[in-house]
Amino acid sequence: MIDAAIRNFTATAGQDQTEGIIKVAVLAVGGQGGGVLTDWIVDVAERNGYHAQSTSVPGVAQRTGATIYYVEMMPATEREPVFALMPAPGDVDVLVAAEIMEAGRAITRGFVTPDRTTLIASNHRMYAVSEKIVPGDGRADVDVVLRSAQQASRHFVCFPMDSIAVETRSHISACLLGGLAGSGALPFSKESFEETIRAAGRGVEASLRAFDRAYAAATGEAEATESAPPVSADPQEPVTGPRRMLVRWSALNARIADLPEPVRDIARRGVRKVVDYQDPDYGDDYLDAVERAALADSRAGGASHGFAYARTLAKYLANAMAYDDVIRVADLKVRSARFRRVRDHAGASDGNLLRITEFMHPGAAEICGLMPWRIGAAVEARPGLYRLVDRLVNRGRRIRTDSLLPFLSLYYVGGLRRWRRGTLRHRREKAHWESWIDRAQTALRLDYAFAVEILTCRRLVKGYSDTHARSLSKFDRVLDGADLVAGRPDAADWVRRLREAALADEKGEALDGALATIRSFIDDSVPGATN
Amino acid sequence: MAERSFVKEVQQLRIGAGEEFRGEGILAITKALLEAGVGYVGGYQGAPISHLMDVLADAQDILAELGVRYEANASEAAAAAMLAASVHYPIRGAVAFKSTVGTNVASDALANLASGGVTGGALVIVGEDYGEGSSIMQERSHAFAMKSQIWLLDPRPNLPSMVQAVHDGFELSEASNTPVMLEVRIRACHVHGRFTAKDNVPPPLSVRDALKNPQRKTDRIVLPPAAFKHEQEKVTERWPAAVKFIRERGLNEFFGPKSAKTGIVLQGGMYNTVIRALQRLGLANVHGDTAIPLYVLNVTYPLIDQEFLDFCRDKDAVLVVEEGQPAYIEQAFGAMLYKSGAVTKLIGKDVLPPAGEYTGAAMLDGISSFLKDFDPSLLQAKDRAPNKPTPDSYGEDLTKTVPVRPPGFCTGCPERPIFAAMKLVEQEMGPHQIAADIGCHLFSIMPPFEIGGTTMGFGLGPASNAAFDGGGERRPISILGDGGFWHNGLTSSIGNAVYNKSDGVVMIVDNYYSAATGGQDILSSRAENKSKSTQHSIESAVRGVGVKWVRQIDRTYDVTKVRDTLKDALTTDAEGPKVIIASSECMLNRQRRERPVRAKTMRDGGRVEVPKFGVDEDVCTGDHACMRLSGCPSLTMKKLDDPLRDDPVAAIDESCVGCGNCGEVADAAVLCPSFYRADTVHNPGRFESWAARQSARLIGWLQARRESRRLRFGDAA
Repeated sequence: MIDAAIRNFTATAGQDQTEGIIKVAVLAVGGQGGGVLTDWIVDVAERNGYHAQSTSVPGVAQRTGATIYYVEMMPATEREPVFALMPAPGDVDVLVAAEIMEAGRAITRGFVTPDRTTLIASNHRMYAVSEKIVPGDGRADVDVVLRSAQQASRHFVCFPMDSIAVETRSHISACLLGGLAGSGALPFSKESFEETIRAAGRGVEASLRAFDRAYAAATGEAEATESAPPVSADPQEPVTGPRRMLVRWSALNARIADLPEPVRDIARRGVRKVVDYQDPDYGDDYLDAVERAALADSRAGGASHGFAYARTLAKYLANAMAYDDVIRVADLKVRSARFRRVRDHAGASDGNLLRITEFMHPGAAEICGLMPWRIGAAVEARPGLYRLVDRLVNRGRRIRTDSLLPFLSLYYVGGLRRWRRGTLRHRREKAHWESWIDRAQTALRLDYAFAVEILTCRRLVKGYSDTHARSLSKFDRVLDGADLVAGRPDAADWVRRLREAALADEKGEALDGALATIRSFIDDSVPGATN
Repeated sequence: MAERSFVKEVQQLRIGAGEEFRGEGILAITKALLEAGVGYVGGYQGAPISHLMDVLADAQDILAELGVRYEANASEAAAAAMLAASVHYPIRGAVAFKSTVGTNVASDALANLASGGVTGGALVIVGEDYGEGSSIMQERSHAFAMKSQIWLLDPRPNLPSMVQAVHDGFELSEASNTPVMLEVRIRACHVHGRFTAKDNVPPPLSVRDALKNPQRKTDRIVLPPAAFKHEQEKVTERWPAAVKFIRERGLNEFFGPKSAKTGIVLQGGMYNTVIRALQRLGLANVHGDTAIPLYVLNVTYPLIDQEFLDFCRDKDAVLVVEEGQPAYIEQAFGAMLYKSGAVTKLIGKDVLPPAGEYTGAAMLDGISSFLKDFDPSLLQAKDRAPNKPTPDSYGEDLTKTVPVRPPGFCTGCPERPIFAAMKLVEQEMGPHQIAADIGCHLFSIMPPFEIGGTTMGFGLGPASNAAFDGGGERRPISILGDGGFWHNGLTSSIGNAVYNKSDGVVMIVDNYYSAATGGQDILSSRAENKSKSTQHSIESAVRGVGVKWVRQIDRTYDVTKVRDTLKDALTTDAEGPKVIIASSECMLNRQRRERPVRAKTMRDGGRVEVPKFGVDEDVCTGDHACMRLSGCPSLTMKKLDDPLRDDPVAAIDESCVGCGNCGEVADAAVLCPSFYRADTVHNPGRFESWAARQSARLIGWLQARRESRRLRFGDAA
């Protein structure tokens, strides 16, 4: 139908002629089923006697990336309407975002405006590569987006659609359709949406379940606007075990009760971690250090700082003492609770068998670390011998923990726990955390905030093998940088900046930059002034 | 077999006159080809017309019934060359490919075709990959039309107009003995709409029948002196014939009042965006009736001087809406006005963006600005001086918060481990000169891999490293996909490297399909294809052109092996190019193939293993080293509810397909022991179940024994 007839139209200056058109944009991540959702929306519209037109931008540019679909519709008339092929800023009635940062993207593109836009979004996150590759915490701030979404939209419908999809064994597209139907933004009945799902003919039952749940959430029939905050494991939850151990546990708790109040919660978690890692004696060692820190903290006026020094020490010392060695990994891998977690994760039911394959790659460093310290050190001092050990052990090992013999090997290694205190690795770790505490304690006499920052730098130490070595070197470089700024009024601030820089990228380029900045202003001042 | 199946949709291609056709733009175009009595069709896949190729492939039975030959050409050059059938024979032919990259490849054949001219209608359907979502350099097909003298149609982006353009295109081609290019933009290809169908028409002369009576005319062959004659003919005969046909048939359209102070000339493809701007200004209604005269160029080349000058007569100013640059149409109109002595003001890129896509916002701004200058009475005060809301005027600025989300490798992609291995080699041996190619593997240039410095064209990866063929301290590396290999790479890249005794390393990424364009089969595909010949190995082809050092890797997920093979290639004393062929099936296609089979076996009580990876969150320290070697969408993060832990740990979500990359990378890069693979065995055998029960009993006893001797904290027992 080529409509070439000249029809006169008298200008109606300023009167937007598209008010009868409903404009719907869908922002999704490639692979989320945005195309299916778009087809459904068109079908619902046509089912209700509307003209509808959809467009998309498919192709390789869409693979796992942000993508956009667009639908326009209006009640059918004899003549065809002329619809736009893409959304325009300030001119979108319904914006469906399949992930919360995509809602944020829609807002930055001007597709969400308070005068007209109903924003329907899933509040879950699909992290972008740029967020995931940060060695620290690179996650974008969701709260900012949620606040903006409230302000920028006329009506904001937001709930965890991905968990509904998982629970109903369906896809997020069905939840988005439910959200759209429940938002009331389109003048179509719930039944007509359901007919559309049925007509599509694939995975109908699951889609309908997901649609229904999402519809209820969007209309407020079901309370699902915010995913329930995860229940924090209570550090005081009942502890079970042999009686003599429980006696020791009560004694540890009694010691915690004597700590300043602000330190107790974190110390309780810390004790739990190190006792679980080793034994109750280890818990006593831990509390010895925490008590010393609390005492030093009190003397430094910690009460007015909420005992930040002792709290920070309690937190990071627990992590330092529960260092990741081969024994630790083996111990965790063979626990019964871990077997149950794996089963849940795999979604295996009772009739299914489950095979678990671990990916281990020990090297000579790990093996020497496991040896009694004199022997381990002696092997390390002999390059030929060390290389021989490495040749013997250094290869990828796939261990089937569900079958008896491989299980026994890990079970045995996990059982080496009681010899741990004599190992080379333990001796090194202990020396490392002791010198870290000494350093912080020295700093505490000088500058309270600075000392807390030095303690916090322990966060940098993580990972295994090469990653662990790199993290230790970053830790050392940050503490060297701390020495440079010690005594300055802004020393604490500088240490924080150095630490954040160290967590920003893998190679430590940001850290190098920050250290260069420090050196530049140190060099400008009188040589030796900081010593 | 392609990623998207049109088996259901193509049944609509059979409908007859008067019935309503509903569907996407590309499907409508296919139907129009059949209505127009096309004799042969072909092309090469690539967005946005990949699906057109998929539709044709799925419609092979219908095409065969009508006696239409369908060819999945090896490249756009091959597709354009196929139009040679219309040179001497009165047979209509159509080919489709992505523009402008495909048109670049095809331009040799297109130029030859256009020089000698055609007898049967020859239609080149080009999918413009321009603007949002585009995956290529931003250029215009218009230049190709002008340089070779191929007529260029740019119909309004609705199904009836696109269908009409196919019919008009064939007739125009035959009336002027000139090939015709039909340009469809990305959204028009996938616009959902409807039109009233006609009956399909079998070709009056089929290509099969044509072979009975071969024809040739020496004066149609491109060789001087005929070539000189062709050049004259183009301007003295074919051009005037085309102009006459376009005017008489009214291919370009006029809308709105006959006389007005201003008017707008636009490419057909821009029509909806222009109308939307006018609608929002109150200058057009929902049906497109407009208060401003519009001259819609459904044919953007050749331009019809007389039509344009008539349109300008009596108008103070005319706005040219021409997307992209250079502004060929605006320049041509300027020359026409100047030569005719007209005083009408010509406005174009003055008020519209000089480059880039003409979005709704750009069009509204441009047209408002044009009318403000030349007919402000049409605008209301608010449109004359609009108070533009900026995106951040509603709350905080989110541009720094919202992460970029460029495309990347899919979950379980077999190419990911190849680049993980390359990154490991770079970490060990230092950075190398690496040339990339076109295909999914080009995602390697993005984080987390950041591998590859240039991409020069399909199949040209190794060729683009030619300057470094002589070698040096570290060997140059180049990437080549299987699609690119068969498109052009075997000769231009591999043959070139052999002949020039290249010292470089070539990594051929073989995923069994032309995966980036939607999973079409190619020569080396492993699948049985009932109408095409597959299973021709890349290795034999590479050896056939003389490569001596070839390594075939049959499981790319073996990161250690890929890494070691690459190191070997970089250090061997062997002379000549070192070629590694890394083969594993595209995971999208594999899942699409295997999932239904697996589900059926499971239902029927057969034994099925379902793999899935997991992370022990107690073991993971949250340094994300694994993610810097992966980027897999299913390998994500989780913030633990533990005040002792600061950084989010790794977690694997529901979408995991158990490809194995996580475990292999953790092993090859010696990362950490956090990963595990859990294989769920559905419907296990009886002996297997019995053995598992015995193991489980003993293991359970050992676990209970140890756990009874220690303190147990809730779940962490």
